[in-house]
Amino acid sequence: MKKLLAVLSIALLVVGAVTIFSMAEDTAIPQPSASDAPAQTASPSVAGAGSVYYLNFKPEQSQQWQALAKTYTEQTGVPVTVVTAASGTYEDTLRSEMEKADAPTLFQVNGPVGLKTWRDYCLDLRDTALYRNLKSDDFALLEDGQVLGVAYVIETYGLIYNRTLLDRYMALDGAVIQSADQINNFETLKAVAEDIQARREELGVLGAFTSAGMDASSDWRFKTHLANLPVYYEYKADGITSTEAIKGTYLENYKQIWDLYINNATCEPAVIGAKTGEDAASEFALGEAVFYQNGTWAYADCIAEGLTDDDLGMLPIYIGVDGEEQQGLCTGSENFWCINKNAKPENIEATKAFLEWVITSDEGRDALANQMGFVTPFTTFDAGYTAHNALLDAASEDLAVGHTPVSWTFPTMPSEAWKNGVGAALLEYAQGTKEWSAVETAFVDGWASEYAAAKK
Amino acid sequence: MERDLAKYWPVFVLPTVTAFAIGFLVPFAMGLYLSFCDFTTLSNATFVGLGNYVRAFEDSGGFTHALWYTALFAGVSTVLINLFGLTVALLLVRGFRGTNLFRTVFFMPNLIGGIVLGWLWQVILNYGVLARYGVTLVTSEWYGFWGLMAVMLWQQAGYMMIIYISGLQSIPGDVSEAAAIDGASAWQALRYVKLPMLMPSITICTFLTLTNGFKLFDQNLALTGGMPSNRSQLLALNIYDTFYGRAGWEGAGQAKAVVFCLIVVTIALVQLRLTRTREVQQ
Repeated sequence: MKKLLAVLSIALLVVGAVTIFSMAEDTAIPQPSASDAPAQTASPSVAGAGSVYYLNFKPEQSQQWQALAKTYTEQTGVPVTVVTAASGTYEDTLRSEMEKADAPTLFQVNGPVGLKTWRDYCLDLRDTALYRNLKSDDFALLEDGQVLGVAYVIETYGLIYNRTLLDRYMALDGAVIQSADQINNFETLKAVAEDIQARREELGVLGAFTSAGMDASSDWRFKTHLANLPVYYEYKADGITSTEAIKGTYLENYKQIWDLYINNATCEPAVIGAKTGEDAASEFALGEAVFYQNGTWAYADCIAEGLTDDDLGMLPIYIGVDGEEQQGLCTGSENFWCINKNAKPENIEATKAFLEWVITSDEGRDALANQMGFVTPFTTFDAGYTAHNALLDAASEDLAVGHTPVSWTFPTMPSEAWKNGVGAALLEYAQGTKEWSAVETAFVDGWASEYAAAKK
Repeated sequence: MERDLAKYWPVFVLPTVTAFAIGFLVPFAMGLYLSFCDFTTLSNATFVGLGNYVRAFEDSGGFTHALWYTALFAGVSTVLINLFGLTVALLLVRGFRGTNLFRTVFFMPNLIGGIVLGWLWQVILNYGVLARYGVTLVTSEWYGFWGLMAVMLWQQAGYMMIIYISGLQSIPGDVSEAAAIDGASAWQALRYVKLPMLMPSITICTFLTLTNGFKLFDQNLALTGGMPSNRSQLLALNIYDTFYGRAGWEGAGQAKAVVFCLIVVTIALVQLRLTRTREVQQ
């Protein structure tokens, strides 16, 4: 009897499991018909029939997006859900959200490399208002004649400096420079930084640069943004825009600037592994350091911590390349909007309508330009919707004086794993547990092997 | 009664079986299937055969390093946590004043979640201790190793202590008394009387600490995040990083998870068998 019972219960268990599993399998069948079919289904655009679900990447602007969505719903009755992924978890969140019945209708990828993962989900945006109002194809992700992503914010980064502290330094006897403009190459930057570091007590700071936080959540400032410069110069020298085999021509310059950062900072190079991006931000805001490598998106945090517009300025990052006196700030985008083509047709239409409203209506343009502080690549913003703040203005001034902006090459970096490899090597070099050659290996060999791996 | 049971057992079994199937069997079966697939999200999987298992063991993935590092960690932590837990338990069954307070204090760390715990200790160890010597938890994998060990010891010893205390209290008084009358020293009483009687507790405690050591994730993530260069990465974190951190490697991550599961099950079964044979009937 007992045996029978046991056998029966196991049988039930297996049958039950198989049934549920096969049910799950049925729904888990990929939908080639949906993804291979021409994206343009002629479904009438009925306002109110669909809904929008935006998975937002930027936690800094979460509140503004929520408010904007609410305004849109009040005006049109179309429900708009905005969910913001926690910092550094966008890919994970997107992955699990895409699995749901109500998957995001609007999401973002970070460029060509990110697009590889999500290509099967991206709608061709050619016939949308979003693309029609785009200033140039430079801001779109094009593939096989399809517009798969459209950038919505152009950002700029460089060496943010505390103007008040730098002025105080320049007032000291024997200061290396008399005006911030004089810093226009690596040598001057180095001289200034080292002088500030040597006279830090006199100046009342802890170091010239903020701590280079290499905690995994903030090392992107160096493994991605700083690494952009040697990659940019190599592309420029070779006349290319991407490559499968980087040579590392400018790695010596990368070393120079990294050495300068870590040896003239608020902490010893050996302990940067325990420092975070938040540490750097607060050191800068508290006036403990003069220079802080970051970008226009850091503005809100600086102001929130008590700095004012008058305190903020931004310099190009000089790494010691010939002719860098004409080099500008690093300007580009890695935020591309994509519409999920596997969403319901009425939701796709609703999403297109929502985006059109965002870039053409007064409320939408005001929110993006004035509240979120986005410089956008859309023609509709030209008339009176230009974002302004100390850092954005520094960026436009830099253009106005005729400097050549450094483009963002990191959308062409082979993978997240490559960046992680470079970041880990930078940290170990700073700690003294590895030689600089480890960075070279991670940079050059890692590039090739990651490109090879991505092809598999 | 017997006949009713024969008739209605499916009714009684069904809720549990359903829950077990949804929460365990189905995900497990899907996971097993996915380890042979190429996929981005779970619903667009295509079958690719054994390729994922080959990639799982590629050098660049760090799986083999994580494997021995985890094995070492699990081994050392099992020994230390049980030694410490048993020592504290032996002290706290002596009946001096404040025993309950101490038991509570030692047990408390279990009530804190792994991420919070890992982060707290990261701050304590990095800023409170290591900063004096100009190093951090991520200077090399061994700082991370011992940091993690300290955290786990602090967290888990109290839990094991409770199990050992209940084990010690269930040893019949006459056995200890007989040992005392026969002139056994404290050491002899422990070695030949208490420990054999404690074997059921030891079985469960070693099982818990060994599997916990292998499965450890939260504390590892919060304390070192696998730095430097992924060398302080335990298996679970390695799998997570492969799955989420590398586009196109989801299948390889899944394959690693299957291998990981087999290893943990095997080790747990062997350990249970070994310690079971040493248990004595009371």
